[in-house]
Amino acid sequence: MEKQLSRRSFLKSGLAAACAVSASSLPRPAAARNETSQLATLIDIRKCIGCEACVEACRESNYDKFPKPEKPFPKMYPDRVPVMDWSDKQDVRDRLTPYNWLYIQYAEAEHKGETFYLTIPRRCMHCVNPPCVKLCPWGAARRLENGISRIDSDLCLGGSKCKTVCPWKIPERQTGVGLYLDILPAFAGNGVMYKCDRCYNLVAKGELPACIEACPEDVQKIGPRDEIIREAKKIAQEIDGYIYGETENGGTNTIYISPVPFEKLNQSIEKGPGKPHLAPAEDSMEDGNNLAAAMLIAPVAGIAAAAGKFYKMTQSENQKGGDRE
Amino acid sequence: MNNAGNEAKKRSAGRYLYLLVVFFLTLTGFAQMPIFKRYYIADIPGLGWLAQFYVTHYMHYLFAIVLLAIAGYWIADYWLTKNRRGRLTVSGYVRASIVFAIIVTGALLVIRNLPDVVLSPNLIIFLDVAHLGLAVTLLAAGAICLILKKPWVL
Repeated sequence: MEKQLSRRSFLKSGLAAACAVSASSLPRPAAARNETSQLATLIDIRKCIGCEACVEACRESNYDKFPKPEKPFPKMYPDRVPVMDWSDKQDVRDRLTPYNWLYIQYAEAEHKGETFYLTIPRRCMHCVNPPCVKLCPWGAARRLENGISRIDSDLCLGGSKCKTVCPWKIPERQTGVGLYLDILPAFAGNGVMYKCDRCYNLVAKGELPACIEACPEDVQKIGPRDEIIREAKKIAQEIDGYIYGETENGGTNTIYISPVPFEKLNQSIEKGPGKPHLAPAEDSMEDGNNLAAAMLIAPVAGIAAAAGKFYKMTQSENQKGGDRE
Repeated sequence: MNNAGNEAKKRSAGRYLYLLVVFFLTLTGFAQMPIFKRYYIADIPGLGWLAQFYVTHYMHYLFAIVLLAIAGYWIADYWLTKNRRGRLTVSGYVRASIVFAIIVTGALLVIRNLPDVVLSPNLIIFLDVAHLGLAVTLLAAGAICLILKKPWVL
């Protein structure tokens, strides 16, 4: 019943989102924080049994999007440029890779005298204001009006800046594929960055992302962000639980609910390359955006200084004229 | 004579401030691309910050604020004192137009970075490429004008 409700509300908002996406070719600002236009997912980790049905569904559904690198790779200069090749390790499922956009993290934690063994689906958080998108120097990463952030594999040069600026270091690189091969493969670029695109192509048709559709335990739900957050808070209140993703990095479109504090889960999970943390994350874009207001004031200050100088000059000339008279 | 001397000194200081701002905007602007680490420039002692994207992004914004203040001052000063001083030369108009276009594309990219804004992907690609291309054009125009000794104002 819960799934039916979730699916119905999703289909409604999915169609709206599809219309919004189709209209997004026009250069116009949209109310990204208008929380009804953004779709968020709710991941209730109490329900996850770690069966990896979502992982399998993700791999199947996105198979055509996975990299098909050309070998041998062109020699890159200087020598320090790392070759990142996952094409011979496509079966790896215990971390994020260009061929595995979703994996299961394991956590064991004690809380209120009880020991919890939890499994946590991990993938891109789809931030409300994603630094991977905003700071991409070529516009290869894009944020859709329905809250999905995705990397256009036809445009990405594989510089990995998106990974560096991501608080969770989500995108993963595959060398030997993409646009850089047609430009200066020896001196610029290094492949393409890959990550979860929350099945944007399915969502645009009003369908569910593959991981949600395949889950036998209804761990995930998708819906308008405001509704998802309301529901997460309600569940958290009922179970005396905890929420992750609502405020992290200024807010994300992936909301986790846990019966155990996320600090404890973060201590327990294996972290490292391709294995994101569950620690607090400050808003990465906040410092820069706070300066935007100063940019409005700056030209006014310059004009005021010039006007002040002109006024002084005129006064001085008038005075000289008066003295002569 | 003293007043004229002071005015010349102020103009010279303004010119050096403009050049300093353009230098750091170019440096931090290029640092938005992941090239300084790849090509060992960030390994030079004291230049490690060039590989820190959030630091260079913040600095780019700070120097953009100074450039906007200079632009506001120059435009107002030019219009207010145009009967007392020389007029912009053709090369001055060309460079001023390039700076103006850089400011416009930069302003739109700043707006793009705000949390409540989603621009169309094609527009973002255009802005990114145009902003970079215009910056390179300004550098080239500046170099040509320097070689040919073309002043901004006559």
